[in-house]
Amino acid sequence: MDLLTELTILVLAAFVGFEVISKVPNTLHTPLMSATNAIHGIVLLGGLILIGEAEGFLNELLLVIAIAFGTINVVGGFLVTDRMLEMFKKRPSPKKETEES
Amino acid sequence: MTPYAFSLQDPDLIRSLYILAFVLFIVGMRLLNHPSSARRGNWVAAVGMTVAVGATLLQRETGDFALIALGIAVGTAVGVPAARSVKMTAMPQMVALFNGVGGGAVALIAWVEFRDTGGGLPTDEIIPLVFAAVVGSVSFWGSNVAFAKLQEILPGRPIQLPGQQAINALLALIAVGSAVALAAGSESEGLFILLLVSAAVLGNMFVLPIGGADMPVVISLLNAFTGLSAAAAGIALDNVALIVGGIIVGASGTILTNLMADAMNRSIANVFAGGFGGVKVAGGGDGDAEQRPVRSTDAADAAIQLAYASKVVVAPGYGMAVAQAQHTVRELADELEKRGVQVDYAIHPVAGRMPGHMNVLLAEADVPYENLKEMDEINPEFPQTDVTLVIGANDVTNPAAREQTDSPIYGMPILDVDKSEQVIVLKRSMNTGFAGIDNPLFYNENTALLFGDAKQSVAAVLAAVKDL
Repeated sequence: MDLLTELTILVLAAFVGFEVISKVPNTLHTPLMSATNAIHGIVLLGGLILIGEAEGFLNELLLVIAIAFGTINVVGGFLVTDRMLEMFKKRPSPKKETEES
Repeated sequence: MTPYAFSLQDPDLIRSLYILAFVLFIVGMRLLNHPSSARRGNWVAAVGMTVAVGATLLQRETGDFALIALGIAVGTAVGVPAARSVKMTAMPQMVALFNGVGGGAVALIAWVEFRDTGGGLPTDEIIPLVFAAVVGSVSFWGSNVAFAKLQEILPGRPIQLPGQQAINALLALIAVGSAVALAAGSESEGLFILLLVSAAVLGNMFVLPIGGADMPVVISLLNAFTGLSAAAAGIALDNVALIVGGIIVGASGTILTNLMADAMNRSIANVFAGGFGGVKVAGGGDGDAEQRPVRSTDAADAAIQLAYASKVVVAPGYGMAVAQAQHTVRELADELEKRGVQVDYAIHPVAGRMPGHMNVLLAEADVPYENLKEMDEINPEFPQTDVTLVIGANDVTNPAAREQTDSPIYGMPILDVDKSEQVIVLKRSMNTGFAGIDNPLFYNENTALLFGDAKQSVAAVLAAVKDL
């Protein structure tokens, strides 16, 4: 893909980001930050693409770490967000469940 | 390789799956707008991520599945238990940490791409690559410092080194200098490592001098940074999913950062200049604090005031989070409501360490969503409030922000708790808040202080109310 196509996508996607986000109420800011946090874990894909061509122990090691980091970012981010949002249920049972997960 | 017209490795199929992933990201975020659909939104976005990862695994160039499996397994083994076991009060640190590893991944990927190609990349690849390396590295280290501060591994107070400005300028100069040299075509890996290291130290230096009160702004900004660096890596690696996913986060993080800075009446530049997080202000405030008389109260007195009020407002802050007092607070509110007292919660946008921090904690304690009132909604109600119970909140209730033009926080919107009939402040000690500024609220005639750990104090008041 040529640079200008990529820049076009970049600029348009930035505006989508602004528009989608600006309507989130205060209350949901922490979960929102956490969810977007998980989305930038998409950098994991960069590790997946590069590791095929990587040669040498150091390159492979660095990429395995990068993939592990990206996975922590994605999996942890979405799970933590879910745990936060689980609590926004409207008046569930008065007694809390024993273990949240 | 083309015996079939259709192949799973078809680049067009992979692109199409990426498009599907973008749609899921955007729809997911839209659903995150409303409390009722937010949880679904999070999962829609997660499905989008799964699609993006799956599509990438199909790609012909993707390889060495053993190593990929290893990385994903390690990441899952670390990430899942961490996310499952983290306490609600420690959420801000966790977000900082997850943000940090994302930035770290960007920096590592940029480094390997540089090593793989042996430098000498075309200009339109090396520039975004260098940008990704710098910003990813800053984000990784900055987030780690933010984590350490919130986790109280490092002191939450601003840490200022002598000659900090000069050191920062020097580091920035090294980073920019090596970035320019690399962009100009230098193939030296040493230079690239120098770039990463200077950015790393810069990341530390950025966050160290920032006080705890400003931490939400910092985490949000670093979140945006990581998004931008991921987008830059996407341009360097020619991957449209990284570009779109990264920039959406970059855009959202920027907005969130602005909103939070606005709520504190501070500019982002101000936050990073170390403004009112400054140590000097704190030192001055403490001296005065000892001189002026405050009225302290005990649990029994507080209980009587609360039980015979008709309207009580609870203004929680970080102290409630630290003491894990939210469940006890809910129990106290239930007990008061049984006696016909109306109990509401005043939520300042930046109470705690992140926007919405208090909402999350109170929701965890099953406080009904409708009772959480945002600042603009609750402020006109304070004059009709009999008793306001301030639990571990300080700066967000400081009337100096309204009255004293020379106060460092002058102009910051606050909860007007001092306008209610009576104010009971639960506090651990006479120490100043995170901003290090003395709070005239504590010396008001209608203010009484109840010293002690927030949870123990609330529990004592609760017991006293039950005994009435």
